[in-house]
Amino acid sequence: MADIAFLLLIFFLVTTTMSVDKGLSRRLPPPLPPNMEKPDTDVKKRNIFIVLVNSNNQLLVQGEALDVKQLREKAKEFIKNEAADASLPEVLPIEVEIDGVTEQVMTTKNHIISLQNDRGTQYQRYIEVQNELVAAYNELRDEYSKGRFGMSYAELSEDRQKAVQKIYPQKISEAEPKNYGGKK
Amino acid sequence: MAKIRKAGKKDVPAISTASLPDIIFMLLFFFMVSTSMKEVTYKVDIHVPEATELQSLEKKSLVRYIYIGEPKREFRGKYGGETRIQLDDAFADVSQLEEYVVREREAMKEDEQNLLTISIKADKDTKMGIVTDVKQALRRAYALKVNYAATQRSEY
Repeated sequence: MADIAFLLLIFFLVTTTMSVDKGLSRRLPPPLPPNMEKPDTDVKKRNIFIVLVNSNNQLLVQGEALDVKQLREKAKEFIKNEAADASLPEVLPIEVEIDGVTEQVMTTKNHIISLQNDRGTQYQRYIEVQNELVAAYNELRDEYSKGRFGMSYAELSEDRQKAVQKIYPQKISEAEPKNYGGKK
Repeated sequence: MAKIRKAGKKDVPAISTASLPDIIFMLLFFFMVSTSMKEVTYKVDIHVPEATELQSLEKKSLVRYIYIGEPKREFRGKYGGETRIQLDDAFADVSQLEEYVVREREAMKEDEQNLLTISIKADKDTKMGIVTDVKQALRRAYALKVNYAATQRSEY
């Protein structure tokens, strides 16, 4: 009896893989209908946060060369626009229902983070940039949750999470791919 | 007459092995429950990139995988060293991807079809070109939920 159990045990020990699959979850934009021009979306220049990554894995953020490690702060500053700076996205009121009460909250609801990378960009760098941008949103949501409800975003109830999501909606847009030449 | 035992001359009784099968069974059940079989054999080399803001994939039945990387050494002679895509157990081309997603989706239960998540497991040294092609194909196939597989990085 114990022998059989041993055999099975060893079999499962060998075949087992403990790793749980983890990753960055993103949602792709729906496909453009064929033979249709790209819709001209009217976005004010101050509302766009442009991140470019070239084939040498260098970043150009808002026309300024930047290190990946600085991207998070820069993105947070942009999304938040605390001082209602004229060069950062416009701050507009939106109505959010928090705990059954509708409130007006000032947010930069029209902001868009535009990410563009070259075909030669390394995948690791692409993930890093995505990661920093998601982290910026997560930190902002966390900060708001702490200030408002006294706990982190993950601990909030679903309704409250939805409200915070509405205040800081994730708006990362990936440009239609282009090839800027250079290395393939 | 009372027998006087001599101190220190007593034998230590052997440990009872009667509970050994129980322990083995317990371990066995633990591994049986926690095990998850490897989904495919990799034909490409994959070292996933590192990131911090990770979410785990909840339901395995809703996830399909796309592997991107350079072919393993034993396949180099036949397929070369260029980055390739692997679907299930075979190398594939970007053009086959759309069909694959549609086929996989149709095999799923109807009420779960729109929950299909594609996990892209790509090597960290992959060039974005091929990843972009894959993403475009997924968009055309209307598989919009993607997950870029990555491992946890502690800090910089």
